[in-house]
Amino acid sequence: MPFIPHTEEDIRAMLDRIGADSIEDLFDEIPKELRAPALEKVPEGLNEMAIARLMQERAARDGMASNFIGAGAYEHHIPAAVWQIATRGEFYSAYTPYQAEASQGTLQLIYEYQTMISRLTGMEASNASLYDGASALAEAVLMAVRVNRRSKSKKVLVPGALHPDYRRVIHTLIGNQGIELVEIPFDETSGQTPVEALAPFADDDVTAMIISQPNFFGILEDVDALTGWAEQREIPVIAVVNPVSLALLKPPGEWGSNGVDIVVGEGQPLGAPLSSGGPYFGFMTTRKKHIRQMPGRIVGRAEDADGKPGYVLTLQAREQHIRRSKATSNICTNQGLVVTAATIHMSMLGDEGLTRVAEACYANTHALVEKLAAKGIKPRFTGEYFHEVALDFGGDAASRVQAMADAGVLAGYELSRDYAQLDGCVLACATETKTDADLEQYVTTCEQAKAA
Amino acid sequence: MSTMENHLIFERSRAGRSAVAQAPRAHAATAIPANLRRKSAPGLPAASELDVVRHYTRLSQKNFSIDTEFYPLGSCTMKYNPRACNSLAMLPGFLNRHPHAPASHSQGFLHTMFELQEMLKDVTGMKAVSLAPMAGAQGEFTGVAMIRAYHDARGDSERREIIVPDAAHGTNPATAIMCGYEVREIPTDESGDVNLEALKEAVGPQTAGIMLTNPSTVGVFERRISEIAKIVHDAGGLLYYDGANLNAILGKVRPGDMGFDVIHMNLHKTFSTPHGGGGPGSGAVGVGERLLPYMPVPHVIENGEGGYRFATETDYPETIGRLSAFAGNAGVLLRAYVYMRMLGREGMQRVSEFATLNANYLARELESAGFDLAYPERRATHEFIVTLKKQAKELGLTAGDVAKRLLDHGYHAPTTYFPLLVPECLLVEPTETESKETLDGFVEAMAAILEEAGRDIDTIKASPHNLPNRRFNEVAAAKALDVVYQEPRDDEGEPAPRTGTSG
Repeated sequence: MPFIPHTEEDIRAMLDRIGADSIEDLFDEIPKELRAPALEKVPEGLNEMAIARLMQERAARDGMASNFIGAGAYEHHIPAAVWQIATRGEFYSAYTPYQAEASQGTLQLIYEYQTMISRLTGMEASNASLYDGASALAEAVLMAVRVNRRSKSKKVLVPGALHPDYRRVIHTLIGNQGIELVEIPFDETSGQTPVEALAPFADDDVTAMIISQPNFFGILEDVDALTGWAEQREIPVIAVVNPVSLALLKPPGEWGSNGVDIVVGEGQPLGAPLSSGGPYFGFMTTRKKHIRQMPGRIVGRAEDADGKPGYVLTLQAREQHIRRSKATSNICTNQGLVVTAATIHMSMLGDEGLTRVAEACYANTHALVEKLAAKGIKPRFTGEYFHEVALDFGGDAASRVQAMADAGVLAGYELSRDYAQLDGCVLACATETKTDADLEQYVTTCEQAKAA
Repeated sequence: MSTMENHLIFERSRAGRSAVAQAPRAHAATAIPANLRRKSAPGLPAASELDVVRHYTRLSQKNFSIDTEFYPLGSCTMKYNPRACNSLAMLPGFLNRHPHAPASHSQGFLHTMFELQEMLKDVTGMKAVSLAPMAGAQGEFTGVAMIRAYHDARGDSERREIIVPDAAHGTNPATAIMCGYEVREIPTDESGDVNLEALKEAVGPQTAGIMLTNPSTVGVFERRISEIAKIVHDAGGLLYYDGANLNAILGKVRPGDMGFDVIHMNLHKTFSTPHGGGGPGSGAVGVGERLLPYMPVPHVIENGEGGYRFATETDYPETIGRLSAFAGNAGVLLRAYVYMRMLGREGMQRVSEFATLNANYLARELESAGFDLAYPERRATHEFIVTLKKQAKELGLTAGDVAKRLLDHGYHAPTTYFPLLVPECLLVEPTETESKETLDGFVEAMAAILEEAGRDIDTIKASPHNLPNRRFNEVAAAKALDVVYQEPRDDEGEPAPRTGTSG
């Protein structure tokens, strides 16, 4: 029996001990009329060799096209050691570290993770992670409402240039909390969110404001001006950032005069494979003064009975298993295994490695733009960008993107899906994984797709 | 033992050292405007590849895990996670697929997800399944949000309350609040079932629904579930099934047949995807007929041409919406798929059969060893509760003490102090993948602790003794909060020179 160790002899001895005639007797408290019918859709079991064959065929079917899609999930090289260590059984098959003495590996690792992600974002405190970037933003909005007790409006300013699926997720997750999400338009020329767009709210009671850097179009926002506007009005700011970009970009802890209040983002670029969208992890950092309003698990340093240092889950009185209906969130899990990988990944790269990755992403995307410009395809926006760019493919964008895919190049994300006014625009990203030959292939297939 | 045994990765760092083979070649500086640039380096570790590998390998060795110890953690289903599930989910074709890759380049993945949905429908008796929720608690949120969408769509918006038994997981009431509902708790009767009189009193025109776990968190099957379903449905409410304990009944009885309108499953429990030190989970939801229009997006549907595609808001205009930026924890779902295919139809039933056999055997053995069961007259399901009320009073031996001393014996502790209504409780869940010898060894350790408590309670109170650390002062840790490492500074405020020897 797969994964069940019992011998006939064991079963007999155990049933005798229980005083039951058969295993079936152990289910005698379940009413007969409720008993399940035979399963129809679960096929007969496969051995490891057969399932391996099946999965290899399925995986191979999806091909190995050259991927230039970003839009919130980015292709990066992950050092071999990262997942080899993360999938060691001691990390892979451990539970949440509630028994601290038997979980020092996971706990110390999370403390190191909290330190790394706090440093990267320029903040003072971090939790042990949330599900993904989008749900972390929803949690950040709820947290900001708790932090800003002075505000009565529950009105939150959300940039239109924020990832559209992040906007949808916030709407789903906080839709029943009486929070009003107000969209701030972006400038159709630069692709930036201009501080002037905030003018209509200058005298309003605003509870919190979101700033995305880079924004969904890859464009760099004037974060100091936007944060400064909020600081003047004592509005808490939530920053949504790409962690790889922070090797080069000013961390949110330094935006404006005093920095932002909460930072969230998608942790995937720090060592999680694309993997069809998950599992990734959402990171969240904040200022120490807000830590009791933060959702999710937090690890703190502690001393044991001998005065020896170690690590424990701390401030658990915020969480659902203690506070139940009064908890800061219903969240229970963090994305432990992915955070394990991310911590090893950040340790391997260090400051220098992460900077090289960010610079290579920047260089490759800018090189792609240059090559395409020579062929008449130009960026849609004028603003400075990091490693992602909205390319104006023109009227036949959809068919061209499909033709390029069929030729082995995934050209990017079609912005018309979310922005009617950006019809014909394709959001493309060339990370450090792309070689000059890959960039050339993009340009060639793009031209051929037009000709076809 | 090395002098660096307890050091953080930051303390192993040396300026100028790096695992440079892991980074791309250096590029020319970027043209990012000066006011947007970072001024000082973040302060990530500066370590060689071997430093990093050794540090995290050693850290891993400080963990208890299923792969190294028996882990009878009640309500968590710590069964063996087959290695094939991991290696097959990490095939390059799956790892490299971008979530927005076109459907034409995703049929292998989409086909697999469609089959997983179909299999989960079959084992739960529900009409449709969405794989979108990223964890159990998000599955709960999804379910209750759909209940709310259903009532709202009917203009039945006076329903403000979700009923939750007092033994429920903390996520249940916390979820109800996140969905904008109020929580009404009802008591459990002395045999472990829902108190029906209290339920009848609690339901009314204000009832949006009830959240139930069956088998319940006290480790017994709720025998009058059909009657409960009738009471709640007659009052106009819907039934939510918390799938935390699905392992106990897999292939034997289905939530859909019990009358539930919506359920979530913890794939990281019943379908053996890894717990990973606290995630990622995956909280697939199943719905009955009434809630179909409100399902979250995306989920996989047939495209009418023999292939598959993601359903979106266009297909489901009344959807509660999206729960993640993409499509949930796909890599976890692949592992669950491999697990279900390896076990197959006949293996589904064996899961609940052997989980139940192990739990009932272990319960009887512990009873013989002198421990009290909280519900001795009931069949154990896949788990059961031991109460140390008597030992706490007579010997000063608490559930927490037993938990810590068990660690010294090389066993992970059962769940302690949950559910809250049983005093000094241990919730024990052995799972189906453990052998009789392992269970017998655990009973011996429990008996030894009980015997030791009679003659030397102090040693137990000070336990654990054989682990990297002894008991922590958690109160002090919460007061002098230290959640981020600070480099030691000298008097001038400059980072102190790093000393210490290599590990």
